[in-house]
Amino acid sequence: MSDKFIRRSSATAARALGDEMIVLAVADSTLFSLNEAARLLWEAADGRRPLREIVNEVIVPQFEVDAETAYCDALELVEQLAGHGILELADQPLEQADA
Amino acid sequence: MSSLAAELSAKAVALGVPLAAHLDLTYRCNERCVHCYLDHDDHGELTFDEVDRLLGEMAAAGVLRLTLSGGEPLLRTDFFAIVRRARQLGFSVKLKSNGIMIREAEAAALHELCLESVQISIYSHRAEVHDAITKVKGSLARSLAAARFLIGQGLRVNFATVLMRDNARDYPEVQALAHALGAGFTLDPTITPHLNGERSILALNVASDDLKRVLHDERVAGRLEESCAPPSDDELDAAPCSAGHSACYISPYGEVYPCVQFPLASGNIRDQSFSAIWRNSPQLAEVRAVRIRDLPVCSSCPHATSCTRCPGLAYMEGSLRGPSAADCEKSFARTGIPTAAMRLRH
Repeated sequence: MSDKFIRRSSATAARALGDEMIVLAVADSTLFSLNEAARLLWEAADGRRPLREIVNEVIVPQFEVDAETAYCDALELVEQLAGHGILELADQPLEQADA
Repeated sequence: MSSLAAELSAKAVALGVPLAAHLDLTYRCNERCVHCYLDHDDHGELTFDEVDRLLGEMAAAGVLRLTLSGGEPLLRTDFFAIVRRARQLGFSVKLKSNGIMIREAEAAALHELCLESVQISIYSHRAEVHDAITKVKGSLARSLAAARFLIGQGLRVNFATVLMRDNARDYPEVQALAHALGAGFTLDPTITPHLNGERSILALNVASDDLKRVLHDERVAGRLEESCAPPSDDELDAAPCSAGHSACYISPYGEVYPCVQFPLASGNIRDQSFSAIWRNSPQLAEVRAVRIRDLPVCSSCPHATSCTRCPGLAYMEGSLRGPSAADCEKSFARTGIPTAAMRLRH
């Protein structure tokens, strides 16, 4: 089964603020506030771990949801974040950029 | 400010998180601007290792937005290493520079480091005026070339014009030039007293009539860089500005202040960690305790909740709870209504 790989865009800045993660897209200074699930995906987005593996190891235990539902929700979320340019989404592993 | 930015700023204040910091890497400069408030000698700048430690402490404390400035920050030979480290630590980095040392290679390096924006000081579209202010012949051409290199790399550039007597009529052309190049534009009508307290440079401030004209000029409405927005939420119970609440300033010597324009020494990162200063400094605690309602003169002023009163300028005039003459002047120029401080003086 094909999988997806996610990597934090190098054109972002991020910091935890309380229970949320703030991500800033440097291209236009747009701010994003990531909820807990999005934050877990963001932190795990190293470009190397398959999305399904991240979901199974990080999301499923945290939210007590079945793996397939969690994967579908996660895929929809990472596609949204990729659409905003703050996350890269690919069918192959991505090298981690060094700023 | 977007609603999310306002929400995050309020949350940062509630949690005691310094969301933004301004770090001057050096006071050395390759220009000698007539209005500059700094001493350009090197009195012992932070080393790279000290800056590295500071960046780590600021990241751990929650700083997201980092402004690097000076002096001219590119005069530091480790400038790019510092920016690289800041980006590795997850900061959004804004740079304030005169652009003199930014050529094609430097612009490409800054693009690679994904800076949020670069602010370049442009005082006039006329070389004879700009260069007379910077006291460096050819500086306007160099700064504009830098802007072109940076914009060519896809970086966002803003022109910042400090308004003074010698360039009082030039800002519309600077704004037009910025627009033509694809840069943003801000106008700062405030001359800051010298950090050593010397106030003679305030004579460079524009005349009252010119200030009134500028503050009513629709072309620059919303583009005035007055360091802090006026209070908007809880009015008299609001904090005067973000200085010391969710933002701070660090000098090239490690001194921490509430803001670049607020020289209330609050600790030194050579003596304590950044977090210890941010959490425990009595000076920052005093700044945080002040609400507009507590200001003995300004709380009864008709402009109390619309004024851009800068507590740093007020502090330099004698009291962080007092009025700032420069901001009184602006409120009066905007509205024609004398401020409470003006009424007391007459």
